Amino acid sequence: MLKVNDLVVRYGVIEAIKGISFEVNDGEIVTLIGANGAGKTTTMHTISGLLRPYSGNVELDGIDISKVPAHKIVEMGVAQCPERRRIFASQSVEDNLLLGAYTRKDKEEIEKDLANVYKLFPRLEERNKQLGGTLSGGEQQMLAMGRALMSKPKIMLLDEPSMGLSPLLVKEIFSIIKEINDNGTSILLVEQNAKMALSIAKRAYVIETGRIVMSGTGEELLNSEDIRKAYLGG
Amino acid sequence: MTFLTYLISGLALGSVYAIIALGYTMVYGIAKMLNFAHGDIIMAGGYVAFYAFSKFGLPSYLCIILSIAVSTIIGVIIERLAYKPLRQASSLSVLITAIGVSYFLQNAAQLMFGSDTKIFPAMLTEGSLKMFNGQLTISYLTIITIVTCIIIMVGLTAFINKTKIGKAMRACAEDKGAAQLMGINVDTTISVTFAIGSGLAAIAAVLLCSTYPSLSPTLGSMPGIKAFTAAVFGGIGSIPGALLGGMLLGVIENLTKAYISTQLSDAIVFTVLIIVLLIKPTGLLGKKENVKV
Repeated sequence: MLKVNDLVVRYGVIEAIKGISFEVNDGEIVTLIGANGAGKTTTMHTISGLLRPYSGNVELDGIDISKVPAHKIVEMGVAQCPERRRIFASQSVEDNLLLGAYTRKDKEEIEKDLANVYKLFPRLEERNKQLGGTLSGGEQQMLAMGRALMSKPKIMLLDEPSMGLSPLLVKEIFSIIKEINDNGTSILLVEQNAKMALSIAKRAYVIETGRIVMSGTGEELLNSEDIRKAYLGG
Repeated sequence: MTFLTYLISGLALGSVYAIIALGYTMVYGIAKMLNFAHGDIIMAGGYVAFYAFSKFGLPSYLCIILSIAVSTIIGVIIERLAYKPLRQASSLSVLITAIGVSYFLQNAAQLMFGSDTKIFPAMLTEGSLKMFNGQLTISYLTIITIVTCIIIMVGLTAFINKTKIGKAMRACAEDKGAAQLMGINVDTTISVTFAIGSGLAAIAAVLLCSTYPSLSPTLGSMPGIKAFTAAVFGGIGSIPGALLGGMLLGVIENLTKAYISTQLSDAIVFTVLIIVLLIKPTGLLGKKENVKV
């Protein structure tokens, strides 16, 4: 479904991504783990079209999307739930969700999906008139995920969903990620919380200073000695 | 009674400033740039209305519609040609470009229409309302100006808060990257913002030229600077701020002219601005912006 080929991304002369390739197949959860500054968010932004590759490309169902404008990529079925959530603080929870459906015109379907998001995140329904900025971190994460779902994506990119959340909330968020995946949406998950990410991912890639240094199934990496030492705390 | 007269005409002047200030504040809020050519759009709108009325004898309402349409198109074209290529450039480059566009428009107008001052016709209304046995006289134009400003404010607020494109504009104002991730076309949104701001500038042009009926290529500079001041005064980026800033500026200017000194009025207006900014750097209704790392 999503294929990244030999991607190189530069900020001026600094090469942030030094030629990475990976893919996400239909219905998979794939995770990209790595430390701060490894290039995970850069990769996500490039897939979504916020950044342009220096070389290499990104394919969605065989179509090269590396020159498609960001707003069109959303329409093609790639939704991103960005790092730090970036919800619209001055707009209501419901308006945030409806902005997620910005590219869609099927009013009745949008209503249905809104109801589904509220079913998935009952807390968002309780607070639907509240301003986005007044939500707690966990609620903001739910809102960001709900908002991404509202575009009816084929694949959802999740950038650090666990950031700043309590262990209990992280568990809740991850079980919802699993549920979203069970409903048929492929997922590309970027995480520093390697343990959580590997436990739900079908396949995983380890990224270090702009290069993929290891890949395998989630389970393989979870049991790998190197990974254990570097990312799972011994 | 004379105080009331000055106050009301101050409010009318303030209404014009507020309508112009909306253009500055919306463009700043969404494109994060100061469009110093905004004042010259007023001038363009003034000339269109003038020629439509005096040379072609069109009815007033058609002149106004034509003026709005042409200004809107000019505003959008300027954005596309001059500002869009600089989307990634430093804000200083954009600012200098805007000043360049301003000079370009003024000189183009001089070339096309000549530098002589033209007398703007009374296309809206004449006459006035007399109250309290003729002690208080308010011209119909003053009333029209204030009412127009109120209608624009109410309409624009509803547009921004209720419509899909309005919400997209607010989303862009807050976080362009996140807006793009929603599938919002930021370029289109910026164009719409310029279109609205320029259309409003044309309305301001007709009101302004009807009140002070002289038309010249540099017509837009002073009201442009004043309205920009009003926008900063109220808190740039804020729509209610533009209204408050514009009204206060108009009233202060008029009362100063009436009671203190005509020559010092601008100095006093700007002194007030400096004091406000010293006490509240974001303007009266401005929000503090969080600097993102």
